[in-house]
Amino acid sequence: MRRVRAEVLNARQIGAYRSITIVAPEVAEKVRPGQFVSVAMPSGRTFLLRRQFSIHQASRRGGWAGTLEFVFDPRGPGTTWLAEVRAHQFLDVIGPLGKAFAYPAKLSNCLLVAEEHGCAPIYFLGQELRTRGKRVDLLVGAETEELVFKPIEGKRLSQTIVIATADGSLGEAGSVLDHLPQVVEATGAQVIYAAGRRPMLRRISEFCAERNIPSQIAVEEEMACGIGLCFSCTVPVIRKDGSGYDNLRACVDGPVFNPARILWDRWLGEEPLVTVTPPEGFPVVKAWPG
Amino acid sequence: MKPDPSVDLNGLRFPHPVLSASGCLATGHDVPALVEVHRLGGVVTRSLTFGPSRGWPTPRTAETSAGLLSAVGLQNPGVLDFIERDLPRLAKANVPIVASVAGSSLSEYVDVTSAMHLKPGVVAMEVCVSSADDEREGEPFYARPERLVEVVGAVARMSRVPVFAKLPPLIPGLVEVAHQCVRAGAFGLTLVDAVPALAVDASRLRTRTATPVGGLSGPAVKPIALAAVYQVARALPDVPVMGVGGITTGEDAVEFLLAGAWAVQVGTALLIDPTAHVEIARGIMDYLGEKGFASPNDLRGRLRVGAGGNGSG
Repeated sequence: MRRVRAEVLNARQIGAYRSITIVAPEVAEKVRPGQFVSVAMPSGRTFLLRRQFSIHQASRRGGWAGTLEFVFDPRGPGTTWLAEVRAHQFLDVIGPLGKAFAYPAKLSNCLLVAEEHGCAPIYFLGQELRTRGKRVDLLVGAETEELVFKPIEGKRLSQTIVIATADGSLGEAGSVLDHLPQVVEATGAQVIYAAGRRPMLRRISEFCAERNIPSQIAVEEEMACGIGLCFSCTVPVIRKDGSGYDNLRACVDGPVFNPARILWDRWLGEEPLVTVTPPEGFPVVKAWPG
Repeated sequence: MKPDPSVDLNGLRFPHPVLSASGCLATGHDVPALVEVHRLGGVVTRSLTFGPSRGWPTPRTAETSAGLLSAVGLQNPGVLDFIERDLPRLAKANVPIVASVAGSSLSEYVDVTSAMHLKPGVVAMEVCVSSADDEREGEPFYARPERLVEVVGAVARMSRVPVFAKLPPLIPGLVEVAHQCVRAGAFGLTLVDAVPALAVDASRLRTRTATPVGGLSGPAVKPIALAAVYQVARALPDVPVMGVGGITTGEDAVEFLLAGAWAVQVGTALLIDPTAHVEIARGIMDYLGEKGFASPNDLRGRLRVGAGGNGSG
């Protein structure tokens, strides 16, 4: 984890999203897919907290030239401000942060699932898996065609890609969940990676549990500090030995988690908050395929 | 002459007047190196309960206008795990440690105090009175002044190190409650605890935190905290007061010292800038140098009542 004053090399529009590339060799050198950076907001404004962004690309062209790219959807005051940032401005950046995706040692066929700009870290992962000789297939979703993140890039880095839009304006109609079973069938997926919002991640988790497919997910949690100080972004995660669960910080113990170990009902607030241990106990979850 | 940064709170010394506020420095073993703990004037720990506590459901925080609303609960590993795993890491930084104690009953406060007060590095205790009282169906201890004072007294009777009572600002008769805490054995006061507050997401018709009413911190609360410090310090000039609430710059810290604080704590600013304390401490020293003061404690009581126009631009 380093804190750097990073020059913006490039700020541009990618479809509906905004992309910023910064010069940050100290961070770029070490970053792995699933990790994120934390960007400070300007002082003297009413929005105070740093904003966190998954890494979309890292170029490690040695020494001074290392760059990082992150992508966002300008919605709140912070990202709206960031959307106005231009090349040669400087940003206060902390990174790389969080735990990265693990690569399977033996299994080969990897299916990567994401929606909208959740694709940003997933494409980075796809590249890294490819360089490790893995087969990469993509299942990518969005509300509409305009919100599909870099479909051509997706096509380039995958063996096969299925794009699903809610309104059918690009690719198949429906959500990624509607197409998941066929895609798994067609690609012979042995490992599933996903990034995105909780309801989708939960369904993927359930699907993987039913089929006994190892999976990893990157959660999109709102963080206040991003470096483990404040305990805002916790996720209830079952201990490895099944002896209970802990509220783990997505910023330091995630954002990548094994979804089989997440207590989804509790996390999504769909159970009474007084329950502690289910009568049958917590499952012991198998380790990531080594 | 270069000013001396150290402060003396009736015999309790800190190398400089900028401490980290409770709950803004991870747990202890997990503090990122980026924070440079050794450059803090002191560390106030996470509020510790006797057993581990998981805290409240998410979302736990919401950004509000110039503020941060927190409803984290008291997530902490419990005092015994803390002593084993976290305290050694903090002690290694060689800064004075103030142990923040919480609980759901008087006996829990006393048990936590008894586990912590004589540990190496621990120079004081701070009583968190915003935890839920089991005897009062989960209402916070601060909701009734007599109950608040009872808790502070129980900790003070057990502790062999100085005890600070951390009070929220909007309790009726704040000055009187502060006085009662001192009579019950408190050595000093920490002013203020986070301000009870609510954030609403109208578009989804929902509260923005899973536990609706949380505590507001950050620049938004600074004037409220300053008022509390000013009023209490004027009424109890010999009682050490630590000022906390929205301190982001050296100038903010100086305002608290002028208002009557003997030292300050920094919380939200650390979440945003992990070395905020270094800049704040430097800012205080610059101010002392410019104005010709020898020590941060020389600022206490120097605040004059504004008259004759503000001269603001």
